[in-house]
Amino acid sequence: MPDVIHEVDIKIRVQSADFDLAEEYARLRDVSDNPGAIVTFVGLVRDFADASSDREQSLTLEHYPGMTEKALTSIAESACQRWPLTACTVIHRVGKLLGSEQIVAVLVASSHRDAAFSGAEFIMDYLKTEAPFWKKQAIGEESEWVASKESDYQRASRWHESGN
Amino acid sequence: MLTLRYFASLRESIDCEEERVSLENTEVKTVNDLVLQLSKRGSPWDLLLDTRQVLVAVDQTICPRSQALHGDEEVAFFPPMTGG
Repeated sequence: MPDVIHEVDIKIRVQSADFDLAEEYARLRDVSDNPGAIVTFVGLVRDFADASSDREQSLTLEHYPGMTEKALTSIAESACQRWPLTACTVIHRVGKLLGSEQIVAVLVASSHRDAAFSGAEFIMDYLKTEAPFWKKQAIGEESEWVASKESDYQRASRWHESGN
Repeated sequence: MLTLRYFASLRESIDCEEERVSLENTEVKTVNDLVLQLSKRGSPWDLLLDTRQVLVAVDQTICPRSQALHGDEEVAFFPPMTGG
């Protein structure tokens, strides 16, 4: 017998199109086996310069097709091994995004809220440091690559230390 | 043949997205050996030597530079990720 602890519905999507959180929530609720708790997180593009500027601000996300899906699946599987999650959806957008657009969604279902909160946070922390996405921000004609943040690595590493 | 892929700021700096490289008749046995060979092309290829700013994935899995290469892998180089 294969060593299957529980069947978890894991959905990973990388897409340029926007997503509808209500639709994703409904789907997760539908496929979860008596979830008890669903945590949803959505990341949005924030203003990174003078908001009064009339020059267009945008964020362009590049990724590594193939590896991205593998990395996100592996992160979601790690979360499912660590907490009793019943279903999990990760959606990440790529391409050009404008201010206040949705970038990323993580939805996690579990019987207990602790597991759902922790699972969602764990997935986001690892997504930031282990999934191959890169942001380039542009204001008008000027653009530059966003530098990685040490604080993101610290957030991800605390999951090694705490053990829960 | 190895397939080498470069992403994001690194791709722009070295102005190369993808290339094929043969390990035949070379002493390249690890990622580190490969990086040393590529850096011999001179600037800006020496950017690859920076282990903090350039990460490596072999067959789409992040790995250390001590990772062995057999000659038919996909090796990708890229800066630290900034998704989410």
